[in-house]
Amino acid sequence: MKIKVIVTPKKGVLDPQGKAIQQTLNSMNFIDVDEVRQGKYFEIETNVKDENDAKKNVEDMCKKLLANLVIEDYKIL
Amino acid sequence: MKSSVIIFPGSNCDRDMDVALNKFGFKNKMVWHNDNTIPKSDLVVLPGGFSYGDYLRCGSIAAKSNIINSVIEFANKGGLVIGICNGFQILIETGLVTGALLRNKYLKFICKNIFVKANKSHNKYFNKIKKDILELHIAHNDGNYFCSEDDLKTMEDNDQIAVRYCDINGEISVNSNPNGSIQNIAGVFNKKKNILGMMPHPERVIDNCLSSNDGSFFFENLLSNMK
Repeated sequence: MKIKVIVTPKKGVLDPQGKAIQQTLNSMNFIDVDEVRQGKYFEIETNVKDENDAKKNVEDMCKKLLANLVIEDYKIL
Repeated sequence: MKSSVIIFPGSNCDRDMDVALNKFGFKNKMVWHNDNTIPKSDLVVLPGGFSYGDYLRCGSIAAKSNIINSVIEFANKGGLVIGICNGFQILIETGLVTGALLRNKYLKFICKNIFVKANKSHNKYFNKIKKDILELHIAHNDGNYFCSEDDLKTMEDNDQIAVRYCDINGEISVNSNPNGSIQNIAGVFNKKKNILGMMPHPERVIDNCLSSNDGSFFFENLLSNMK
């Protein structure tokens, strides 16, 4: 089973890469773009059969390694 | 005094640190990250570099390596632990010091000498250094120190801000902040002040032929407090 996770910078945490992307998009005439936040996307292949159990494991992985909860939020899709 | 420098795959300041520690009188041992225990030490150093290629987040993989549990145990017993640059990032990822290190504000890798003001009160790292402003070296991509307002207040109340970026005259301002760190923070202590994490490299400036000699004061002071 594949579990997908998105990790993004927390609201209020400076995201210099997102800011640079936003400015570049604006300079390319995508003038509607007010903000970009850049994050990470993980696909985790697990051999756990039960989806709830698998997601519980992935949640533990997020807390212990995949995200730094001081600056990042995670979302299991 | 005995010291240990931990080598991770991708560490590249480990030998500089070894040279510096030996120069100032430490008996230093190099310790491989895959070992389970650190040799008997009075000081443990996590050196600079790019452990595990900075994969995932700088320091995050090294913070889960075999040796780390014994470093944490050593630190929790009050042992002196220094993390420089990538070593600071590893300390952050282990949770031994508070905060996070984000990408530099202007997205540039910064490699240059900078000036810092160190906190000299009640710590073994800077307490008797005579100079008020130290010229040290930084070389990093992710040194933009961040923590929550609550954490910042707690650290300020506990006097845990170890080093701040300043200009040559000691003024701490936006203009003397190379990477966007909140409050110009270049390094922090844990609550007990036995652990120091900082981005600047004292081991790179230990001789007048190396553009600055101010790192020498750091090592001399530390050693004098350990004898």
